[in-house]
Amino acid sequence: MKRTVPLIIAIVAGFVLLIANFIPFAEGWGLKAQEWFNILAVGAMVLGGGNLVKLHLMKVSGQRKGWGYSLVTIVCFFGTIIIGMSKMGVHPNALYPDYAWSGYYLESGSGLWWIYQHMIVPLTSMMFAMLAFYVATAAFRAFRAKNTEATLLLVTAGIVLLGRTYAGVWLFGWLDWLPESITHFNLFSITWLPIDLYSLQFDRLTVWIMEIPNTAGTRAITIGIALGVVATSLRILLGVDRSYLGQD
Amino acid sequence: MRIRNILAVVVAMSMTCFAAAQSPSPAPSLAPEPPTDLIVADTPDDAGNSVEVHWNLSQNDVFNTLLSDTQEVNPQQIVATYAVERKVTDGNGNEVSDEDASWRKVSEIGAGESQWTDRSVNLGWSYDYRVCAVDNQGDKSTWCNASGSVTPVMQMFNMSKAWLAIWMLLFGAFIAYFINCARSGKTLWVRKIAGLEAIDEAVGRATEMGRPILFVAGIQDINEIQTLAGLTVLSRVAKTAAEYGAQIEVPTCRSLVMAAARETVEAAYLAAGAPDSYQPDRIHYLTDEQFAFVAGVTGYMVREKPAACIYMGGFYAESLILAETGNHIGAIQVAGTAMPSQLPFFVASCDYTLIGEEFFAASAYLSGDPLQIGSLKGQDYGKFLSVLVLLTGIFFATTISMTESDESDGFGTGALNYIKNNILGNEGFGSFGGGDTDIEGDDS
Repeated sequence: MKRTVPLIIAIVAGFVLLIANFIPFAEGWGLKAQEWFNILAVGAMVLGGGNLVKLHLMKVSGQRKGWGYSLVTIVCFFGTIIIGMSKMGVHPNALYPDYAWSGYYLESGSGLWWIYQHMIVPLTSMMFAMLAFYVATAAFRAFRAKNTEATLLLVTAGIVLLGRTYAGVWLFGWLDWLPESITHFNLFSITWLPIDLYSLQFDRLTVWIMEIPNTAGTRAITIGIALGVVATSLRILLGVDRSYLGQD
Repeated sequence: MRIRNILAVVVAMSMTCFAAAQSPSPAPSLAPEPPTDLIVADTPDDAGNSVEVHWNLSQNDVFNTLLSDTQEVNPQQIVATYAVERKVTDGNGNEVSDEDASWRKVSEIGAGESQWTDRSVNLGWSYDYRVCAVDNQGDKSTWCNASGSVTPVMQMFNMSKAWLAIWMLLFGAFIAYFINCARSGKTLWVRKIAGLEAIDEAVGRATEMGRPILFVAGIQDINEIQTLAGLTVLSRVAKTAAEYGAQIEVPTCRSLVMAAARETVEAAYLAAGAPDSYQPDRIHYLTDEQFAFVAGVTGYMVREKPAACIYMGGFYAESLILAETGNHIGAIQVAGTAMPSQLPFFVASCDYTLIGEEFFAASAYLSGDPLQIGSLKGQDYGKFLSVLVLLTGIFFATTISMTESDESDGFGTGALNYIKNNILGNEGFGSFGGGDTDIEGDDS
């Protein structure tokens, strides 16, 4: 029963959404299902918040490794809830001046707004900015010329990196001094391959790499993903795959 | 006396002229030219709840490209908006209010716009529409009326998705056929997926080192297919961990995912015959905030140093932070996602990466269930069919670029357009040969 009911809900909801995609009469059903999901998700937030507080309280009480971080988490959690729920610093709405809590909870200058603007946004930006360093270390590892494929990747990455900067233009500035008969000379008259000097400039080659081989590879992956999504959806809809419910 | 009279007349005439010059004269009409050719039509392939309204721009609309180059527009007549009015002519048996039965404004559209969709209509009711141009001064043009009324009708099937339905039926038929083959005992071969083979190795390594296994099911909610696919892999990982006696840690970014992951892991421990080893607190919620979640997970990684990190689900920019941190702590890492933009990061930082469809095949592959393996074979045949269509399109596109001009109405152009706009697009069965052929730089 514990597995059967969720399975039936999943199958029914899946088929409803599938039908809603093709039958105009049922197109509102999908929105209704999404509303139900949102209500469930809001309810589950209480579950998640409760779990978070419980785990960190246990960590603090047991003074386990890193319990200081847990203490900060708990203080911040309750501090934000109290400031947000009490609408600290929020002025009453102009339409209802007699009701102290009628203002918008994220009003500019309010407590919650301050937390968001001066704590969450800078912290989030800091984490995002760290990506630059991680990209550098990952690129260093990925571009080591260990074999043919890695060497190809290294060369391609080098061209794209240079092509996306002024260096790409600057390095081939001397081509402007040559006559067009040389820069545009195409031995095999194949226009879709960058085999003349003009097309081999890094900035132009970068555009070709991004538009032709890169797009082709991305599309191949995307087609595979689309078919995978359909197959997985069908397995779930037909009840063949129930492992997400805890059954193999 | 006579001279005085003449002087008086001259003074009077001068004063009259002066007064006339000072007082405002009745201004000539500066109303803009009206829009033309108003066409109203029921929106095709809908539930009869909208009507499409089209018109040609006024001659005083600066966005009217046909006229702006040839005609000087009076600044006071420049069109600011178009006012659309509607009235109900037939309530399909229902009582129509006086307000609806007479002309009333239903929308105001900005200059340059020549169409609007009315989504506030009732199925089966009949409506008349008219539109006028309104200039900067608020002057209205004369009304442009539609030639007749329109009645929204509900279609039984969305024909614009006819080809999609056919594809789905074909694809479903392939899968059903191979599931049936598997049921009848036929052995189906599936190539080895190195990333999935490595999961047992990763769990074994964690067991030997006495360290936990970290599993992250992405940062999307439970209604996303990638999260479900991630949970199916979690089921297998948890079962293996239970068999080996290793500990598994599952931080989640969504509360519902936490609830589902707990069920999954508990059932896996039960299936492995180790229900007592199941620790629900190890599957816990962190936060919905993307980078706060990453900070929490990477903090755990640095402190606890898990021996194996498995990332299966939908990831965004946090993928590289997670994978690089795992790399720095020396964990064996297996990742799988269907986010094409994140795949390079996982490939660069992880030991094994399940690329796109491999990730979705993981559940069937790991279960070894013939029915699920059958669905994988069906998926392969669907891919084969897709490749055939693609090759046909490539053939026609190449032929056209070598032999015909873009304006050509030849068979190749027609076939290519039909593939692009109908079979792969949203024009339903449509007619053969319509639409434009834009081969170079086309991103559709």
